[in-house]
Amino acid sequence: MEETILEVSRLTVTIPTDRGEILPVNDVSLRIPAGKIVGIVGESGCGKSMTARAVIGLIRPPGRVAGGSVRLGGRELTGLLPKERRRLMGSEISMVFQEPMSSLNPVMKVGRQVEEALLQHGVCSRKEARERVLEMFRAVEIPEPEVRYDSYPHQLSGGLRQRVMIAMAMVCRPRVLIADEPTTALDVTVEAQILRLLRELRDRGTGLLVISHNLGVIAQLCDWVYVMYAGRIVESASAEELFERPLHPYTRGLFRSVLSVGEGAETLETIPGVVPSLHHLPEGCSFSLRCSRCETRCEKEMPELRELAPGHAVRCRPAEREALHE
Amino acid sequence: MLRTLAQRLVQAVIVLAGVMLLIFVMLRIVPGNPVETLMGEHANQETISRVSEEMGLDQPLHIQFFRYLSSALQGDFGTSFTLGKPVSRLLRSAFVNTLILALFAALFAWIIGIGCGVLAAVTKNRLPDRIFTGFSLLGISLPVFMAAMFLQYVFAFRLHWLPISGADSWTGFILPGIALGWNSAGQIAQMTRVTLLETLQEDYIDTALAKGLSPARTVVRHALRNAMLPVLTMMAIQLSGLLSGAVITETVFSLNGLGRLMVQAISGRDIPLLQGTALFTTGIVILGSLAADCLYAVLDPRIRKGG
Repeated sequence: MEETILEVSRLTVTIPTDRGEILPVNDVSLRIPAGKIVGIVGESGCGKSMTARAVIGLIRPPGRVAGGSVRLGGRELTGLLPKERRRLMGSEISMVFQEPMSSLNPVMKVGRQVEEALLQHGVCSRKEARERVLEMFRAVEIPEPEVRYDSYPHQLSGGLRQRVMIAMAMVCRPRVLIADEPTTALDVTVEAQILRLLRELRDRGTGLLVISHNLGVIAQLCDWVYVMYAGRIVESASAEELFERPLHPYTRGLFRSVLSVGEGAETLETIPGVVPSLHHLPEGCSFSLRCSRCETRCEKEMPELRELAPGHAVRCRPAEREALHE
Repeated sequence: MLRTLAQRLVQAVIVLAGVMLLIFVMLRIVPGNPVETLMGEHANQETISRVSEEMGLDQPLHIQFFRYLSSALQGDFGTSFTLGKPVSRLLRSAFVNTLILALFAALFAWIIGIGCGVLAAVTKNRLPDRIFTGFSLLGISLPVFMAAMFLQYVFAFRLHWLPISGADSWTGFILPGIALGWNSAGQIAQMTRVTLLETLQEDYIDTALAKGLSPARTVVRHALRNAMLPVLTMMAIQLSGLLSGAVITETVFSLNGLGRLMVQAISGRDIPLLQGTALFTTGIVILGSLAADCLYAVLDPRIRKGG
């Protein structure tokens, strides 16, 4: 079995609101091996971005991590003093955000923003830093790196900005890179280039956690996939297994809503209903309100996440039964 | 960038010329004869018309204006009716006092205003925030003469730390500077707090934190420069306001600055002096906003065309 570099177990995030506390991330466990790309997929609001932010430690107050553990290479991150944690952020674990347009400081040259990560972690001297940044710019295929170093974000295209973001995240050679919807704001052609770049990082041994609502991106990129719904993981499997044999009704619904187009069906299938508000979750399974296979027990009790086949876990009772009968 | 600057300069000259004409006309259509005021109630008609002739006030308006314009372009703004000295010299000596006072006030306002604003923003909704926000509200709402007299009472009359009035040494400018800057400090603090809080919601703040920067470093290096852009505009406008004289502060602390000079000119119907001071302060305000534009362009690369 490959070496696990990031292990998240039973992670829970709470946000106090006027109408009581909500749990955008509820008891989430996941594992990122070195040199693999792990994906989290789900509709917007399912808690996937919040999971990513909780892993690196960027939950904004009043939200907070209420429980669980995040271990990076055997080292526990939750409970670290902020100062100790910051020493790892950007150097051992880093993050690329969804919006390359707004994720760079508009009044600072992009080269300096990348350089800042190196200097913050004392990786090298100020003199060497510029050379390291240019080297990184070449690695992420930014044309004319010397010119781009002195550019401001508004002078770059969206694709270039995202490359700058990746360069910034990778410049200290972290072991884990979290990419939150890395291609959502980009054109399809640029998307393909960025995905290739992420695969290259994997091949060099970085562990990647990719958050996306786009099944196409997940299918092209990931080795392992977690499906999230209303703050919980409802299914996890290797990408191959999941796309071959989805078990959870929600996962199947997600796939049908995409695949039916390619297969020339008359209408695009959708999952009926909307993601429930975290304030009004049903008593039992969160998906029970929208599920065609919902049973009385589903409405009463939250099912467990059970491994039905080696490496394939599902949180659904009807799916469990079906798997047993096969 | 240079082209924009040139455009702004041309605009400034046009505005200045317009204001000059406006002041000139307005001073001549308001009721009251300056010569009568100057000579007193007992002057006879003959003397009045002779003096009017000497001062060129008997000429048609457009002739008067062009005479004024041509000498103004050569730096000659006429001689004060009431003080008998060249207006340019009076302006110069008054402006020195006003300049020192304005710099003290601005320095106080910037340090206190930005400091309180930043501290309030980073402690949002907690006790320090409430204290600093309350303090800045007090700054905005307290009339300047009350602040002035309070400072005089405490620091000059009771504690004897600083002179109560006059401009004999630079220490005489400290209390009036604080009194005058008080209000600006409050405004700057409020605006800094609001814009900084907005900036702290931006995505690039997360990027900075994800790099491992401490919250304090993130505020200083990434948030503050972006947040200060609108505040700077306000500061430049305030500064030009401070530089055009502060009637109340100058009066309470007996400083001879532009504000008092203008009041003197108005009460004595001293047309050359009034024209001179009005034109001078207009020029300062125009320069102030011009400086703000330039500063903005220096700090925000998006405004520099072609970067």
